[in-house]
Amino acid sequence: MTTPLAGYLVVAALLFAIGLGGALVRRNAILVLIGIELMLNAANLNLIAFWRYGPHPEALTGMMFAIFSIAVAAAEAAVGLGLVIAIYRHTNTTELDKIDRMKG
Amino acid sequence: MTPIFYLLAAVTLAGGLAAVLLKHLVHCALAVTVAFAGLALLFLQLDAQFAGFAQILVYIGAVAILIVFAILLTRGSDLPKGGVFSKTWFLGLIIAAGVFAMIGWAVLASVSAIPQQNAVPSVSVYDIGSALVGRYVLPLEILALLLTAATIGAVIVAMHEKARSR
Repeated sequence: MTTPLAGYLVVAALLFAIGLGGALVRRNAILVLIGIELMLNAANLNLIAFWRYGPHPEALTGMMFAIFSIAVAAAEAAVGLGLVIAIYRHTNTTELDKIDRMKG
Repeated sequence: MTPIFYLLAAVTLAGGLAAVLLKHLVHCALAVTVAFAGLALLFLQLDAQFAGFAQILVYIGAVAILIVFAILLTRGSDLPKGGVFSKTWFLGLIIAAGVFAMIGWAVLASVSAIPQQNAVPSVSVYDIGSALVGRYVLPLEILALLLTAATIGAVIVAMHEKARSR
């Protein structure tokens, strides 16, 4: 690791891969949402790291991108978990391979 | 590359790994909270105080609580009979490893082109606030609309079906 930015980028890549693996491997819908949150966070880490070590940090571009991304991720979590609860009411399960019908 | 960076990275990655590997969903929620906290500390380490505290407020304060609520409302603490991993887990593992190999290769191959400004950016909350209501005011308004729509939508989606038909 010669530059600090490369270290942060590798950490973000690892976190993204962990989140992707979790979203693909787990059977529970809530765990898939947790994996998606981890992936979003890895992207935020990239944005902040590039803002810190890139030219013109005073323009605040990367920082603003990360803040907006955090807010959108919060909205996504609310809607996603609401959907999980609605599906659970309907099918009585959150196991994704048991939810295999489009119609009730 | 300070030791504190390695420590924070290790805590974050361990939290993330534990979140996707542990059996009990409540343990997963706790582990993902650790990962969120590690990320917030990494943001502080990157001199992004505002983003770090926003991360703590939004993720640890709201998203983690939402996840715990969802787990409790869906009886997710019961262990499923067929194991917690899907039948095609090996494929998912290969895809994740492939994505990591790709990104890692791209980062390491472009180390010489990576920017490295070491001057600490002096950005106060005042600067962020004036940028939010100045240059970024349109995205801010759109985000406000999105958050309102998402809140209403989440309530309507999760509402009890009998209550909706009444």
